[in-house]
Amino acid sequence: MLASLLLTSAASQAARADVDRARLADLVRQDCGSCHGLTLKGGLGRPLTAEALAHFPVETVRDIILDGLPGTPMPPWRPLLSVEEASAIADMLKRGDTK
Amino acid sequence: MIDRRSLIAALPLLGAAPARAAGPAPCVATRGTGDLGVVIERATGSILIVETTGRSVLARVEGLGDLSHASLCVSRDERYAYVFGRDGGLTKVDLLEARIDKRIVQGGNSIGGAISDDGALVAVSNYEPGGVRVFDAQTLALVADVPAVGPGGLPSKTVGLVDIPGRAFVYALYDAGEIWRLELPKGREPRVTRLAGVGKLPYDANVTADGRHYFAGLFGEDGVAHVDLWKEPLAAARVLEGYGKGEAPLPVYKMPHYEGWGSTQNRLFLPAIGRDELIVIDLDTLKEAGRVKTWGQPVFAVARPDGRHVWVNYAHPKNGVVEVVDALSLEIVRRIEPGPAVLHLEFTPRGHEVWVSARDADAVVVYDTRTFAEVARLPARKPSGIFFTARAHMIGK
Repeated sequence: MLASLLLTSAASQAARADVDRARLADLVRQDCGSCHGLTLKGGLGRPLTAEALAHFPVETVRDIILDGLPGTPMPPWRPLLSVEEASAIADMLKRGDTK
Repeated sequence: MIDRRSLIAALPLLGAAPARAAGPAPCVATRGTGDLGVVIERATGSILIVETTGRSVLARVEGLGDLSHASLCVSRDERYAYVFGRDGGLTKVDLLEARIDKRIVQGGNSIGGAISDDGALVAVSNYEPGGVRVFDAQTLALVADVPAVGPGGLPSKTVGLVDIPGRAFVYALYDAGEIWRLELPKGREPRVTRLAGVGKLPYDANVTADGRHYFAGLFGEDGVAHVDLWKEPLAAARVLEGYGKGEAPLPVYKMPHYEGWGSTQNRLFLPAIGRDELIVIDLDTLKEAGRVKTWGQPVFAVARPDGRHVWVNYAHPKNGVVEVVDALSLEIVRRIEPGPAVLHLEFTPRGHEVWVSARDADAVVVYDTRTFAEVARLPARKPSGIFFTARAHMIGK
């Protein structure tokens, strides 16, 4: 009984992580994409391809997502995203894996 | 009478075909184009050709590249749409034959374009490499390449490109903070009039339907740049200075658009940046004539063609709602929820209905603009911009 409960809980957690990742990937493509381009090759905002971000540490990318870049249109996403979510997005961008 | 259902059923087949479909022509019956339109499917590089009389999809055309933020203009005969893609693609689509007539990749990253009043020239505004390129509307051959170089020789992204009467275009330089008028008189060299120092980071702009007032929204400051194109020599002035009254703006998760702005009689409804408001400008005095408190940060504020109402959509994450503003009382008279992620709306030429794209519902929803009743819901893949052929005959569209 306990084992099956644990299993269920582990399975649902895994499922939740998948859903979140898919949601974040969708957010990157659709909502980041409105300024940075659907393929992240840039628009009003700079390109966010793995190549373009190569010389930025992942923490820097995460912090820009959370706090924005004052004086530019890049907004702080802290009101909408958790630190973990911003880290996951920074990681996805750095790896060029936003599918 | 064409059986629309069979046309829709044939869509996957049509979509799979390259430029010219090998099978039977998609639009078999003789018809006009005045009730046609295009819906951009941003994620799949495809467009839907639609008709607004029976409210149906006629065909899907694929192979248009990256269509995020895509827009288009329409040829004078309302047969061709010129689609401007994010990847620098300029695609001339034959709406009657539902096929790509010509396609070029003219830049690295473009943002929009316009067609000249005589229908002969299509201008494209570029982020990368910056500047504006002008093409022959028939052949898409390059006619003029006008780099946008601001102070210090830095290349600039160009935004807010519109056509004005007299084979001319006006646009703003995002990085350089300038507004340029580009004239292309027939048989003579192109001529540029530069207005420098118009304000910080103009991010979008538009011109009134009479081709007179050009307004550019500024990201870097609390104000709007204005040029009266009827007065020579051209001059830019700041209007609505300090409209934010020094309050810190809200984070902007989607830049507002001036395209299709709410222009009614002598008033203009502009989305305020970083605020849940529309600002109303009196076009006679160029002063603020009121504000409308809105559900979220406005992205598009589009007037019904008669000007009686202004329909507004909003930025992420409040983008599931459309509100309708009464142009006289400045009150919200209706709130509608078409579906998640409403990206754009387009009125039929005389405004009896409005088409609204709900990206995350994969649908375009059509409303009666008198009763606000939903009259049709058409499936579309991640739809964004909606453009009807009547734009062919409107200045600045």
